[in-house]
Amino acid sequence: MPPLPLPPSVPISWYLTLSAILFSLGVLGFILRRNIITVFMSIELMLNAVNLTFITFSYMLKRVDGHIFSFFVMVVAAAEAAVGLAIILTVFKNRQTLEIDEVSSLKN
Amino acid sequence: MLANFIPSAAEYARFMPELILIVVGTLIMFLEAFLEGERKPILSILAGLGLVAGIFAALTAPQGMAFQGMLAVDGFATFFRVLVMAAGLLVLLSSSEYLQREGHDTGEFYALVLFSIVGQCIMASANELIMIFIGLEISSIASYILAGYLRDDARNNESALKYFLLGSFATAFLLYGVAWIYGATGSTNLATIHNALLSGANSSTPLISVAAGLIFVGLAFKISAAPFQGWAPDVYQGAPAPVSGFLTVGPKAAAFAVLIRIFVDAFSSISDRWLPVVWGCALATMLVGNLAALLQSNIKRMLAYSSIAHAGYVLVAVCANSGTGSAAAMFYLAGYAFTNIGAFAVVSHFARKGEKYVAIEDFAGLSQRQPGMAAMLTIFLLSLIGVPLTAGFFGKFYIFKAALDSHLVWLTVLGLLNSAIAAYYYLRILVVMYMKEPGESTETLTAPGPMLTLAIYGSAVMTLVLGILPGWVLDYAVKAAQ
Repeated sequence: MPPLPLPPSVPISWYLTLSAILFSLGVLGFILRRNIITVFMSIELMLNAVNLTFITFSYMLKRVDGHIFSFFVMVVAAAEAAVGLAIILTVFKNRQTLEIDEVSSLKN
Repeated sequence: MLANFIPSAAEYARFMPELILIVVGTLIMFLEAFLEGERKPILSILAGLGLVAGIFAALTAPQGMAFQGMLAVDGFATFFRVLVMAAGLLVLLSSSEYLQREGHDTGEFYALVLFSIVGQCIMASANELIMIFIGLEISSIASYILAGYLRDDARNNESALKYFLLGSFATAFLLYGVAWIYGATGSTNLATIHNALLSGANSSTPLISVAAGLIFVGLAFKISAAPFQGWAPDVYQGAPAPVSGFLTVGPKAAAFAVLIRIFVDAFSSISDRWLPVVWGCALATMLVGNLAALLQSNIKRMLAYSSIAHAGYVLVAVCANSGTGSAAAMFYLAGYAFTNIGAFAVVSHFARKGEKYVAIEDFAGLSQRQPGMAAMLTIFLLSLIGVPLTAGFFGKFYIFKAALDSHLVWLTVLGLLNSAIAAYYYLRILVVMYMKEPGESTETLTAPGPMLTLAIYGSAVMTLVLGILPGWVLDYAVKAAQ
């Protein structure tokens, strides 16, 4: 099925601006948040911004490969989440905390 | 029409190393469930055989494209594939004794090492940004688990957590850059991107610079280049020592392969825009790595900072932006791989159970207790300094020669000054090992097992061979980098 044309009222640049805002929010969340789960969610937000960008460009270029890339990103993000949550769980088991500043035993 | 999409036998042959490693890795996971405890060594032997078969398949693979131009199997790809598989083989040899000592000798470890190497092989041969991303993630996800392999050890946990968070953060940057490149050039194929930028239709827009910048940030995290090096010391210090050896070599070599393919090849027409950034990054990486390494008292942390500094030297070669520069980077990464895996293998042996003895003072008098191992560590440290007759000397020599050929006089001078600073902290370990009396340490130091000995001596032989007869590897690299 060929991609449907965008409604003329919403310009492409709005989608790209939204994705840039989402990506920046993800970066800020990663840097500013102190809870490990929230930090991890910020990374997922960044990946979703990437997906939005891929799909926007895919519409703009009238091609489907951008859609397929976003599926790849989703699959990989799911695999990453599986491993990441397992790692976070072992950290919690050993330290009883999810505060990122308290996970800092490695020093000179 | 459909026949065009069915891969030919030659294309499968080009993808054979990855296929072999995936099959062997899956087989190990499967056998792990059925084997009794004392038969587990079979799994490490199986993994080793898989890697040997993979190296053979990579060397005999016919050159050319595969899967609609997704993979480019050329000399460059073959070089890096063989390099990461050889590094993996040494890591397998050096880790089984460590895992037995820590009571974690399970099959998953070998399967994860193989899966990580599959990802690095795909990165080495990928000719397409999405393939690069998938290879990077296959390699990274397996490495995150490896970094925290001893899951009851708090240091391992912390290492895995930091590696995972910063690694995924970096991947998101890389991917955002890929998305913008896709939007600006309409393709993710490196050859098409190269042509699109060359034709200059939209290559002058700041969009391309931003996209290239995002990709560079993502890769700079992976190669631990300053100012994105913050995770490296914690990760390499906290991970099990043989795994640290692997992480400083395999993923880094593959990330440099990707960096060279994307920036030196595909982005060659906008080199005036990325070269100053890489120049600054190379200098900052060398300085940060070497100056911080001076202050360390933990040998694993010191080797971690040293690995940051070495990434800086390779960035100098990337900065040369020429065939000789790429060849110098390839040779340097090969020499560095054997040297660093060897060094971490010796450290994992001297650290003993639970990695209790990793302070530099703990190495006092080891030359009297185990002169053989101490001599091997000496070879590795001399190679890291860059003393003649070791791989490190020719590696640095070719890099600075390539930099001078590209008129990077200042970077060369500053790089040489950096190697002089570096000599101090490597020599400090030698002084402690040879000149100081052994301390109060009552714990006995057992002799290394046959596999570990083989890994250490093998790495040392390769370090010396590359230092005495560099020609055969360098010739191959020069031909591959054309």
